[in-house]
Amino acid sequence: MKWLRRGAGLLVVLLLIGAAAWWYLARDRSMPSTPVQRGAEAAALVDPARIEQGRYLATVGDCAACHTARGGQPYAGGRSLATPFGDVPAPNITPDRDTGIGQWSFDDFWAALHLGKGRHGQLLYPVFSYTSFTKVTRDDALSIFAYLKSLPPVNQPAQPTGLEFPYNVRSSLVAWRALYFKPGVYQPDPAQSPQWNRGAYLVQGLGHCNECHAPRDSLGGIEQSQHLTGGQIPQLDWYAPDLSTRTGGGLEGWSAQDVVDLLKTGQSSKGSAFGPMADVVRLSTQHMTDADLQAVATYLQSLPPRAPVASAFQQASSHEQGGKLYAKQCADCHGDNGQGVAGVYPPLDGNTSVTGPTSVNAIRSVLLGGFAPATAANPRPYSMPPFAQQLDDEDVAAVVSYIRQSWSNKAGAVNPAEVSRSRHTPVD
Amino acid sequence: MEQRVAACTSCHGARGEGSPDGVLAPRLAGKPAGYLLQQLEYFQSGQRRHAPMEYVVRQLSQPYLRQIAEYFAAQDLSYHRWPQPAVSAEVLRRGEQLVLHGDPARAVPSCVSCHGDKLTGFEPMMPGLVGLSSDYISNQLVSWRTHTRAAEGPYCMGVVANRMREPDIAAVAAWLASHEPPADMHPQPATAQTTPLPGWCVMGHSEVNP
Ligand code: HEC
Ligand code: HEC
Ligand code: HEC
Ligand code: HEC
Ligand code: HEC
Repeated sequence: MKWLRRGAGLLVVLLLIGAAAWWYLARDRSMPSTPVQRGAEAAALVDPARIEQGRYLATVGDCAACHTARGGQPYAGGRSLATPFGDVPAPNITPDRDTGIGQWSFDDFWAALHLGKGRHGQLLYPVFSYTSFTKVTRDDALSIFAYLKSLPPVNQPAQPTGLEFPYNVRSSLVAWRALYFKPGVYQPDPAQSPQWNRGAYLVQGLGHCNECHAPRDSLGGIEQSQHLTGGQIPQLDWYAPDLSTRTGGGLEGWSAQDVVDLLKTGQSSKGSAFGPMADVVRLSTQHMTDADLQAVATYLQSLPPRAPVASAFQQASSHEQGGKLYAKQCADCHGDNGQGVAGVYPPLDGNTSVTGPTSVNAIRSVLLGGFAPATAANPRPYSMPPFAQQLDDEDVAAVVSYIRQSWSNKAGAVNPAEVSRSRHTPVD
Repeated sequence: MEQRVAACTSCHGARGEGSPDGVLAPRLAGKPAGYLLQQLEYFQSGQRRHAPMEYVVRQLSQPYLRQIAEYFAAQDLSYHRWPQPAVSAEVLRRGEQLVLHGDPARAVPSCVSCHGDKLTGFEPMMPGLVGLSSDYISNQLVSWRTHTRAAEGPYCMGVVANRMREPDIAAVAAWLASHEPPADMHPQPATAQTTPLPGWCVMGHSEVNP
């Protein structure tokens, strides 16, 4: 009955700030197009160069990842996105007249992307990343809309949401939005270079990196001050690391080239992509232009250093057992000193996936094994065997503690109960 | 390639000969490449369910999956003989009957009519039924009945498995696993497939599943 208590709590919050929220929202009416603009928009919708640009931007936004069911037609919806409050299916955004966006005007589309509102003014759930997409310019939104309108229409009706009261009442989002949603197109910082601004625009806007790489509170919202500081992804049980490359950052020591390599090829000299990040690389970032990837790297390199987390380092009692397991099961690929093999096996020494503030990524990597994503730049990736069947909870805890506490790594130890919990997480 | 597919061989055996118990992971070696590729794509699309398999193929492209399928199809290894399951002679006779002649009363075609008289399958898409353990065969027949293993378009094995009586599953699985395999266990060339597949098992055919 935990949700009931949480639900009651939310209702109180709702009543308290409801009035303020209405006022707040009343201000942010979208500016509908003038008749002259509408003419220009109509012309844009059939311009091949515009459509091609929209295809690129939709890839950067990774719209297809959510709006395509597994094994289904691209953009025809049907995939259910799990949230702590229930499942929200992604709708059909192909231009089908009855079940897609065939009858939508550009103003309707702009209201969805920029204001998080559906065609009938209903509030959309923020699992649709409009908290980031609101930063996208009107011109880029028009290109994406032109591209979506050029797709073959697919008739696939919407699925019902799997949310419980009070979350199934869309107006309950009023309170949430007042707390966590600030509509507004990205405003360039004149003190920074055009490249930095392009990177900030992509990371904060279409790339929606923050939707995974920031902590969420009990209402599923992200504090502005926590921007890109790393967070547990609700329901998926993967940890997306802090993205600062400076002292104390999750990517401490990463060069701009490392960031570009990871996003373009799926691997870098510092670590490789797996889990949800492998999906992001395969479907989205590997297709970005080199200029855009450089811009993203430039922006990430400018994120501030992070305060060190004070923790008393205590070596696990299983260290010796872990070392034996490592020598037998892992060293062939990852090297005696966790140095890896360039371009083939990621290093484990100094790897943020190993030393992260939670050990869930390292535990699940060992249980699941798998391939780095196949990308144009790395079409035939190497793989790691899953150890779920070979090693019991104690062995996995010992070997993961060992890699977290060897060489230059100084992270906390892992206990078998954490491993046991990770065994039961569904993989999709 | 051997080094790249370390994940696959940790379950399916060093050269795809299958896990020692024949249940945990089936043999891949020597199966028709087109069939292996199709199964890998089914795991990707969720039409065939098995969580570790689905996870391991998720990040791979179609061309890479094809190379991997061809790699395992090209492994030429002798087949393992499974211990004969402890079932009565009567059950084995029932199994043999179904494999060779089917069950006309329930419109179940014989297994040999599609998988070939030698039961070694055909290039490029029809898998053989030799060298599989009895548990693996019955698991697969059950998954077609429960829709955790499906196929696009013609749903050949779904139709076959759903027409069978429950006890017949164990009977065919036992007979197939204990059947003396032919000396040449390679899939036959496509041209050897002379018996046409029934209409409901042919891609693009209008005849609906009866
Ligand atoms: C993280 C998953 C996710 C991503 C990424 C995503 N969407 Fe969505 N989108 C959703 C979900 C879920 C909904 C439904 C929200 C609801 O029902 O309140 C939605 C709703 C929409 C709608 C409203 C459709 C309707 O019928 O009301 C539009 C338009 C849309 N998305 C376009 C896009 C575009 C364009 C992109 C890429 C720039 C994108 N989405 C990226 C998950 C996503
Ligand atoms: C769907 C959630 C999600 C989104 C969206 C996402 N990431 Fe990640 N990211 C993760 C997870 C989970 C990890 C940890 C797994 C790993 O290291 O591959 C990660 C890891 C990373 C890493 C470190 C990789 C390593 O080897 O340690 C970088 C760099 C990164 N992300 C950059 C980005 C950028 C830039 C964006 C936006 C363009 C982005 N991510 C969007 C989930 C996400
Ligand atoms: C056959 C070679 C091989 C063996 C053996 C192996 N690994 Fe890996 N490991 C890899 C590859 C390849 C990756 C990258 C996979 C990916 O990106 O999804 C990887 C990734 C990882 C990661 C995630 C790091 C990152 O940046 O992607 C961890 C943690 C890890 N291995 C730990 C271990 C441990 C512990 C063992 C022994 C119990 C082990 N590995 C055995 C090849 C291997
Ligand atoms: C965790 C162990 C595991 C790993 C790793 C694994 N498999 Fe499998 N694989 C299985 C199991 C178990 C099945 C049978 C699933 C079922 O019962 O439907 C299977 C089934 C298959 C099948 C279908 C075989 C048939 O005859 O229908 C193919 C093909 C296959 N795997 C290929 C691969 C390839 C290629 C890889 C590496 C990319 C791989 N597997 C990695 C366990 C594994
Ligand atoms: C109408 C044609 C047809 C008949 C009759 C038929 N099969 Fe099949 N069988 C197929 C096809 C096609 C496949 C490939 C299935 C797929 O792609 O999912 C297959 C696959 C199989 C597999 C999977 C092999 C593997 O390596 O995973 C098994 C087991 C099997 N059949 C058993 C049987 C048995 C037992 C019978 C007789 C009772 C039988 N089949 C009769 C067409 C047929």
